[in-house]
Amino acid sequence: MSIKTVKESDFDVVNLKRNPTSPRTLFGLIMSGIAGLFTLMAIIPLFIILTYLLTKGISSLSASVFTELPPPPLVEGGGFGNAILGTVIMVGIGALISVPIGVMAAIYLSEFNEGKAADLIRFATNVLSGVPSIIVGVFAYSAVVLTTKTYSAWAGGFALAILMLPIIVRTTDESLKLVPQDVRQASVGIGANPYQTILQVVLPAALPAIITGVTLSIARAAGETAPLLFTALFTQYWPNFDNMLAEPTASLAVLVYNFAIVPFKNQQDLAWGAAFILVLLVLITSVLSRLATAKRTY
Amino acid sequence: MNNNYEPRIEPRPNIERVLDKSFYWMAKAFAFAIAGILIWITIQVALKAMPAIQKFGLGFLSTSSWNPVNSQYGVWPAIYGTLVSSLIALAISVPIGIGVAIFLSEDYLPPAVQRIIVFLVELLAAVPSVVYGLWGIFVLIPFLKGFTPLRGPGMLPAALILSVMILPTIAAIGRDAIINVDQGMRQAAVGLGATRWEAILQIILPAASSGIIGGIMLALGRALGETMAVTMLIGNSNKVDTSVFAPSNTVSSLLANQFAEASGLQVAALMYAALILFAITLVVNVLAQLLVTRLQKI
Repeated sequence: MSIKTVKESDFDVVNLKRNPTSPRTLFGLIMSGIAGLFTLMAIIPLFIILTYLLTKGISSLSASVFTELPPPPLVEGGGFGNAILGTVIMVGIGALISVPIGVMAAIYLSEFNEGKAADLIRFATNVLSGVPSIIVGVFAYSAVVLTTKTYSAWAGGFALAILMLPIIVRTTDESLKLVPQDVRQASVGIGANPYQTILQVVLPAALPAIITGVTLSIARAAGETAPLLFTALFTQYWPNFDNMLAEPTASLAVLVYNFAIVPFKNQQDLAWGAAFILVLLVLITSVLSRLATAKRTY
Repeated sequence: MNNNYEPRIEPRPNIERVLDKSFYWMAKAFAFAIAGILIWITIQVALKAMPAIQKFGLGFLSTSSWNPVNSQYGVWPAIYGTLVSSLIALAISVPIGIGVAIFLSEDYLPPAVQRIIVFLVELLAAVPSVVYGLWGIFVLIPFLKGFTPLRGPGMLPAALILSVMILPTIAAIGRDAIINVDQGMRQAAVGLGATRWEAILQIILPAASSGIIGGIMLALGRALGETMAVTMLIGNSNKVDTSVFAPSNTVSSLLANQFAEASGLQVAALMYAALILFAITLVVNVLAQLLVTRLQKI
C-alpha cells in the first residue's frame, strides 16, 4: 500500500473560500437572524410590563398608601397597609416553617450524601416544585382550614411554606456543594465531629448563598396568589393579633387580584401600586442574589 | 519518671455521639419530610374528593355541566380549556424558546451582554403571575380587541400570557442542554465542513434533545397548573367553544373562582378536579425530571 501525497491540484482551492451567495451561507444568515429576532421578542414583554408598572404603579403610590386601609369603591385615598403587613406575616410564617426543614434536608442531601435515598429526595424536591400553586392552596385548605375551621394567616403561611421549600432545598444544596472538600477534611482533621464540622465550618461558609436562596424564595412567596385565595382569603381590616391571626388576612397579591377585576378606578390604581411593589421586590432580590453569588467565602 | 505529657486518646464522650446521631437523624427526617409532603398532598386531596369520586366516577371527566343547584358536576370544559390553552402556549413558546436558547449559547454576543440577556429572560419567570394577569386585563385585552373579534376575556389572551410565562423555562433549560453538549462534537462537525447552522441543526440539537424536551415538559407542567393570570384573562365560561376568541375555563381557574364559596358536594367535586390536575401535572413533571436528570448525567 502506498501513501498518496496530496497535491494542491487534487482539489479546488477556490471552494474553500466562504461563498457569500451560496445557499448554505444564506441559510445560516437567515437562521441567525431568526434566532436573534426571537431573543428580542422574548425580552420585549418584560420591558413592556416594566414600563407599565413604572408609569401606572409609581403614580398611584404615596406615603398614605403604606399606612391606610383599602378604600371602598369610589372613595378617594386609602392604601394597602394591612395587605403589606399581612404579606409580611404570612411570608414570615412560611419562612419559619420552610427554612429549618429546607436547610436540614439540604444538609442531608449534600453532607450525608447517601446515594439512592438522596437521589429520591432530590427527585421529590423537583417534583414538589412543579406542583401547581393552586393545588398547594387546595391542600392547605383541606389540611389546615378544614381542621381549624377558620381561614387564617397560619393556613396561608403553611401553603407558602410548601412553595418555598423546594427553592430553599435546591439553593442550599447547591451552595453547600460549592464549599470545597478540603475545608471539611481540615475540620475533621483537627478533631471536629460531623455535626461540629457542618454547623460551625461548612454552614457558615455557605451562609451568604443560603441567605440568597431564602431571600429569593421569600420574594417568590410574596407574589404567590393562588395558595392564599382560600386559605388566608382577604379582608379590608388589619391583621388581628388578639385572635392569634386566626382570621382572614389581607395580602398584597390577593389585593392585586381582587382590585384588578373590579370596575372602580381608585381600587384599580391601588392594584397597580401593589403590583409595582411586588415586582420591585422580585427585581431587587434577583439582582442582589446575582451579586451575592458572585462572591464566595472559599 | 512519670511522663505528664503522654498523649492520651480518649473515646468520644457519649453525649457527643448522641448529638452526632441525633443531628444525622434529624437531617434525614426533614429530608424525607419533603417526600412525605408529596404523599400527604395526594392522600389529603384524594380523601376529600372521595364523595365526588364515588358519586360521579370517571364520567366526571367527560361531563360538561357544572351545576351546584342540582348537584351535577363535570369537568370536561375545564380540562378542554386547560389542554388547549397549554398547547397554544407551547406552540408559540417552543420555537421562540429554542431560538433564544440557541442564540444565547452561540458566540453572537459578547459574554457580558449574553449574561445580561440570560438574566432578563430569567426575570420574566420571576414576575408574579397575578401581575401578568393585571397587565393582561388592562393592556393586552384592550390591545387585542383592536384588531381581532375578541370581545373581552377569552382563550387567546390567556394563551398568549401563558406563552410569555413559560418561555423562560424552555429557553433556560434548553440553553443549559445545548451548552452541556460536548464541544468535541461541534468541532468534529465544523471540521467535516459543516456550517454553524448545519452543526446546530444536525449535531447539537439532536445531542441536546433530551434536555430540551425535558424543559418543554416542565414548561407544559407549569402551563397546565398556572392559575392567576389565566383566571384573570380566560373569562371563566364553563362551555366548550372551539373559537380562541371565546371565553373558556381551565381546571385551575375553576378552582380559583369557586373554591371560596363552595360547600358540600361542590367542595368534593372541586377536590376531584384538583386531584385530576395534580395527577396530570405530576405525570408531566416526573417525565420531565427523568429527561432532565438524564441530561445532567451525560
